[in-house]
Amino acid sequence: MSLNAFITKEAVESDEDGPLSGKTVAVKDNISTKGVRTTCGSAMLEEYVPPYDATVVELLKDAGATIVGKANMDEFGMGTTTETSAFGPTKNPVDESRVPGGSSGGSAAAVAAGEADLALGSDTGGSIRCPAAFCGVVGIKPTYGLVSRYGLVAYANSLEQIGPIAPTVEEAAGLLDVIAGPDERDGTTHDEGADSDYAAAATGDVEGLTIGVPTELVEGADEGVEEAFWAALDELEAQGAEYKEVSMPSVEKAVAAYYVIAMSEASSNLARFDGVRYGKSGGYEGNWNDAFARAREDGFGPEVKRRILLGTYALSAGYHDKYYAKAQDARAWVKQDFDAAFEDVDVLASPTMPVPPFKLGESLDDPLQMYLADANTVPVNLANLPAISVPAGETEGLPVGLQLIGKKFDEETIIRAASAVEN
Amino acid sequence: MSDTPVDADEVRHVAELARVDLDEDEVEEFTTQFADILEYFDALDEVPEVDREDELVNVMRPDEVRDGLTQEEALSNAEETEDGYFKGPRVS
Repeated sequence: MSLNAFITKEAVESDEDGPLSGKTVAVKDNISTKGVRTTCGSAMLEEYVPPYDATVVELLKDAGATIVGKANMDEFGMGTTTETSAFGPTKNPVDESRVPGGSSGGSAAAVAAGEADLALGSDTGGSIRCPAAFCGVVGIKPTYGLVSRYGLVAYANSLEQIGPIAPTVEEAAGLLDVIAGPDERDGTTHDEGADSDYAAAATGDVEGLTIGVPTELVEGADEGVEEAFWAALDELEAQGAEYKEVSMPSVEKAVAAYYVIAMSEASSNLARFDGVRYGKSGGYEGNWNDAFARAREDGFGPEVKRRILLGTYALSAGYHDKYYAKAQDARAWVKQDFDAAFEDVDVLASPTMPVPPFKLGESLDDPLQMYLADANTVPVNLANLPAISVPAGETEGLPVGLQLIGKKFDEETIIRAASAVEN
Repeated sequence: MSDTPVDADEVRHVAELARVDLDEDEVEEFTTQFADILEYFDALDEVPEVDREDELVNVMRPDEVRDGLTQEEALSNAEETEDGYFKGPRVS
């Protein structure tokens, strides 16, 4: 019966009176909670109990929220299905034979099933928007630097942001209001968002809004997904928005660039897990390099090993220029394409995921196929932009998400546009 | 075909650099998968040279002492400690 949405179910009550009083929030298990174990979905950290709270968790408590548990996730955020979790997959509450998406699958499933009112996820290449789309709820990936990453266990620092998942656009925006703003403990945060009122932007008014549709992000999508996507755009047009097609050739290289950068950063970030200061050591004897290598063999699952090794390879002598440097070029190219597109339009729209939710077990054997499913979400992380996924109909009974991408720190406009999709 | 063929020895070498032991089944599986994935990454060869306009500035703060974790808190997740220190495996 259980969806396995939570790795740890433990209530953390707040005595504060604030905008989230009476609300229950699921927190993704890579966000540090003082005194409550934080596993990142990994056997390596099965018994890790953080001695401090992430900034976003402090903000939740200050806002009066009750944390109901730590949500299941792909191991260290590495996956698109929540199946790489060492604690077993989460099921999609809409259809329990299917995945909830990932990597924040537990967060989205908990909200969709009513096991939490709201949730926090993290999004490195689509990990909030994908599960939001697959579970039929709303997810926001904020502009890079809007939300503090202090206390988020790092996977790929230059790409990831913490963000909200909720049943409605207004509630997601309200949770973003709570967590957004500068933090002296995260030097990449900005002053934007300090006194935000994103919830007030959910007016449902799109009169005069110009929407661009990058053709590269629609072509090749599943037929049912594409139909739902165009129906949603027609609906927005009927409400007074206009849309036009735009071309962004760089996004064809975004998946390759994203994975090279994310894996490279992962190979460096995950070097810290040697079982000495935290994590499983396995108690191996002998040369310390051998002991660490055996601890890491035991503690990491296959997808994490794959990414650490490929990242190590991409950064190694002789390959750095071919992979990592070219990926950085591609990242700059993607940013330029977005800048050019936003000269003519207010927001960009695409299907969040090109496919409906996978069957459980369907995609585990072919990692490259799984990476390709991220084609529409990763360009946003490469360009540091904000994006929202909002439910936009169904295909064969399965949810379809519409992704709306905004200019840097222009969360208001994507929230406004997404709220019109709910009309 | 990729112009950067990966063989089992190369997978073992990278695993050693990354300090991750692999069993033989994993080596075999990764060798096949890495060939596919790296071939896909070859698409980056077609990326044009781009002027990277990074608008990065250093974010500095005064180097002042502030509260951090206590020694006890810092050691609380270590499997082995001795006299208030982390205890790791032998160096050699």
